[in-house]
Parts: sequence; C-alpha cells; structure tokens
Amino acid sequence: MASKQPDALLGPESDSQRTQYPYVTGTSVVAIKYKDGILMASDMGGDMIYCLIAHGLPVKVTMPELCSYGSTLRYKSVERIKPIGKHSLLGASGEISDFQEILRYLDELILYDNMWDDGNSLGPKEVHNYLTRIMYNRRNKFNPLWNSLVLGGVKNGQKYLGTVSMIGVNFEDDHVASGFGNHLARPILRQEWHENLSFEDGVRLLEKCMLILLYRDRSAVNKFQIAKITEEGVTIHQPYSLKTNWEFSAFQNPSQGAVGSW
Amino acid sequence: MAKQHANWSPYDNNGGSCVAIAGADYCVIAADTRLSTGYNILTRDYSKICKLADKCVMASSGFQADVKALQKHLGARHLIYQHQHNKQMSCPAMAQLLSNTLYYKRFFPYYSFNVLGGLDNEGKGCVFTYDAVGSYEKVGYSSQGSGSTLIMPFLDNQLKSPSPLLLPAQDAVTPLAEDEAVDLVKTVFASASERDIYTGDKLEIVVINAAGLRREYIDLRKD
Repeated sequence: MASKQPDALLGPESDSQRTQYPYVTGTSVVAIKYKDGILMASDMGGDMIYCLIAHGLPVKVTMPELCSYGSTLRYKSVERIKPIGKHSLLGASGEISDFQEILRYLDELILYDNMWDDGNSLGPKEVHNYLTRIMYNRRNKFNPLWNSLVLGGVKNGQKYLGTVSMIGVNFEDDHVASGFGNHLARPILRQEWHENLSFEDGVRLLEKCMLILLYRDRSAVNKFQIAKITEEGVTIHQPYSLKTNWEFSAFQNPSQGAVGSW
Repeated sequence: MAKQHANWSPYDNNGGSCVAIAGADYCVIAADTRLSTGYNILTRDYSKICKLADKCVMASSGFQADVKALQKHLGARHLIYQHQHNKQMSCPAMAQLLSNTLYYKRFFPYYSFNVLGGLDNEGKGCVFTYDAVGSYEKVGYSSQGSGSTLIMPFLDNQLKSPSPLLLPAQDAVTPLAEDEAVDLVKTVFASASERDIYTGDKLEIVVINAAGLRREYIDLRKD
C-alpha cells in the first residue's frame, strides 16, 4: 500500500503503460492508382525491437538512455495488406499488434454496416475517414496506434487512395507510401507514374520501388505481397521474391580503393 | 529504430503559407497546396482553404490533423447555427467563434495558424488573423504559416496600414482594386516559394465579392 502512487486515483488506466516505442514492426507499404483500380505492395518482414532495462527499474520507459535497444528480424510472413469490406484494401506499417487491433475495429464496423441489410456498403472513402478519426482520437489520448496506414479502393467507378499517420495526418494522392517508401519510392513514383498505367506496368513500377527498398531498407525482406483492387473485387497474390543482384565488384571487395583502411 | 521513437510527439508541422487581403468591396484569401513533414513532401495538391459560410473562408496551416478537426468542428457549429437562425453566419461572428474554439483548447492547443477572410454585413472586405490559442485581430491584410516571415513585411511595404493609434479610428481596408490585390497575392507567393521550402507546388486563390465566390489556381515552384 505504501508504494501506491497518488496518481492511481485518477482512473483505472492511470498506472497502465502506453505505447512509447513499437515492439514488432513492419516497414514500408507502397500503393498506386492504375487504369482499373489500385495496386498495393508490401514485404512480409516483422522486426522485433527489444529493450533491456537495468535490474530494478520500473516497467515504465521514460528515460530511453537507460535502455539498450536492438532489433532482430523475428517474423517472416506477416500479412500487412488486408481486404476491408467489399471495396477497400488496407496496408499498414508500424506496430503489428496495433494493426491487428485496427482490423478488429474495422471487422466490427463492416459487420454492423452489413446488419442494416439495406444493400448499401461502406466504400474506401468512408473507411479512410473512419481510420482517420480512430488515429486522431487515440493521439488525443496520448495513446497512439503506432502505424502508418494506406487505404485504397474502388467504388462506383471511383478510384480512391489515401493514407493516415500515427498522429492523424491524412491525405489522398495518386500514389502513396509509408515509412521508408516516402524517401525511396515516392521520388520514383513522381517521375514514372501516369494515369493510364496497365496492370502489368503498374506491377513493374511497384516491383522497381520494392527492389530499391529491399536494397536500401535494412528491415525489408525479399518476400512480397502484391494486392489489386478493382470494381470486380480484391485479389491478393501469393507471396513471391524479386531477383536481386549482389555481384557488383564494389560489393565483392569493399576495401579496394580505401587505402589505409581494413 | 526504437530510439528515434522514444520521444513521441502528438504534434507535427506540415507547413504552408496563408494570405488574406481585404478591399472596399472584396476579399482575397490564398494559400499554397503543399503538405510537408520534415524534409518530405507528403502531397503537392492539398487544399488549405475551407469555406465556412457563404461569405466567409478560412485558410489554415500548421498541423494538418488539428486543422482538419478544427474545420469539421466549425462546420458542425455552423450547421447548428443555420438550423437555429435560418441564415448564414456573418464573417465577424465566425471570427469570434473561431477565437473561442481555439481558446477552448488553450491547454492542449490546435496547432493551427489561421486567417479568416470574407465580407461583413455591409459587404465590405474583412480579414481576421489568429494565433494558435485564439487571440485575434481585425486587420486589412495578413499572412500566417511557414512563409509569413517572408510575406508579411512585403505586404506591410506595399499596403501601409493606418496606425491603430490614430483617432478617429481609420478603416483598415486596402486601397487596391480587386485584380491588383490578386496580382499582389501571386507575387508574394512566388517570392515566398523561392526561399521557404514548405511553400510551393500550387497556389489556390479564393476571391469573395458581391457576385459570390470565385476560385483561381496558379503554379508555384515544385522544388
């Protein structure tokens, strides 16, 4: 009893811990509009970030310098792209468990919408707006869902592609990316994307982006999912790998030319 | 990876500049369409201008999620106002509502920097300028956001406003004609986008006058 903090009076959650760092995370998602709908790609890696806390310290992590961090590739077939209802596709980077919580929220949303049985269904615009409210609401409680979300879909011939961040920043665009994709994939997309991309060209463009991410983003793995959504519905393709080339001479003898180094 | 996340912040600065100029029978409100975070451009086509009533428009920069929440809140309050009074809210009334709305969140502020422009009940142009926690002032022209430090002195130089100390109080509206004001707005944004990395891509201009509301776009630097 003596150890009871006065702030325990504030409410049932007052002594509980909030997400201040992610635990199992996924990296970039890249998505584009193409002629018939939306294409989305992500890799299937899941990094586990571990935090060692000196013996006797409380669980609450408030002083990062007391911790030693590391990261290990823990999961190798995490599905980070999921269909939502009839017209939408959701991709996520960031904390995997928070993503699974979001999927539970959306399952409930779609279920309750179905129960009206009025022939109406939520489109990508509505789902994106719902996600925006969830993310912003949780940031207002200082208890964020640690994700960057990408939402794409087609309804009534209208293509839709948008994104939401951890703190609720949201927008629509012709091509979007989360995480490292913002640095490495979007410059390529800005240069090469156009309105009338065929399915094949779209996939080629996404594969080009994913290859760059695979080479340059240490959390990416060579196992990808590509998903497509059109007026006809969702297709998530079987996971596959990209052909890589590590035979560059600079890779074979990295110390060549670095005189006096190892 | 983890260390950079250790200090989480509920805020971000998504940049952008806003300008409004009031004339005798018009008001010009303008903002660029770039949305950024850090050194990244998130999108080149995001409208920062929100029509709140028939003769009242708000341009906002700062933290996009807060701005969106603020716009939705004001939109809802205006809908209630219309149901209760069967008319559109006037621009000065909306100005007071915006101030109160911002101050209501004084201790967890909306990180948004707004200018409100429109026509008052006499059909005269009016501009209101704000800080993030709701202190506001009626002026003849104003600028807010990431490029305001570059734009404001330029406007001061071109549109000398009468001192607020003068007695009797002088009218704040600018002497420019409507098309001159629109040209001035284009010039200040072209200048600001030369030096401010958060301003660029496209300029959205809204002109309100007796005829109604008109939108215009011009391109800005994309680098």
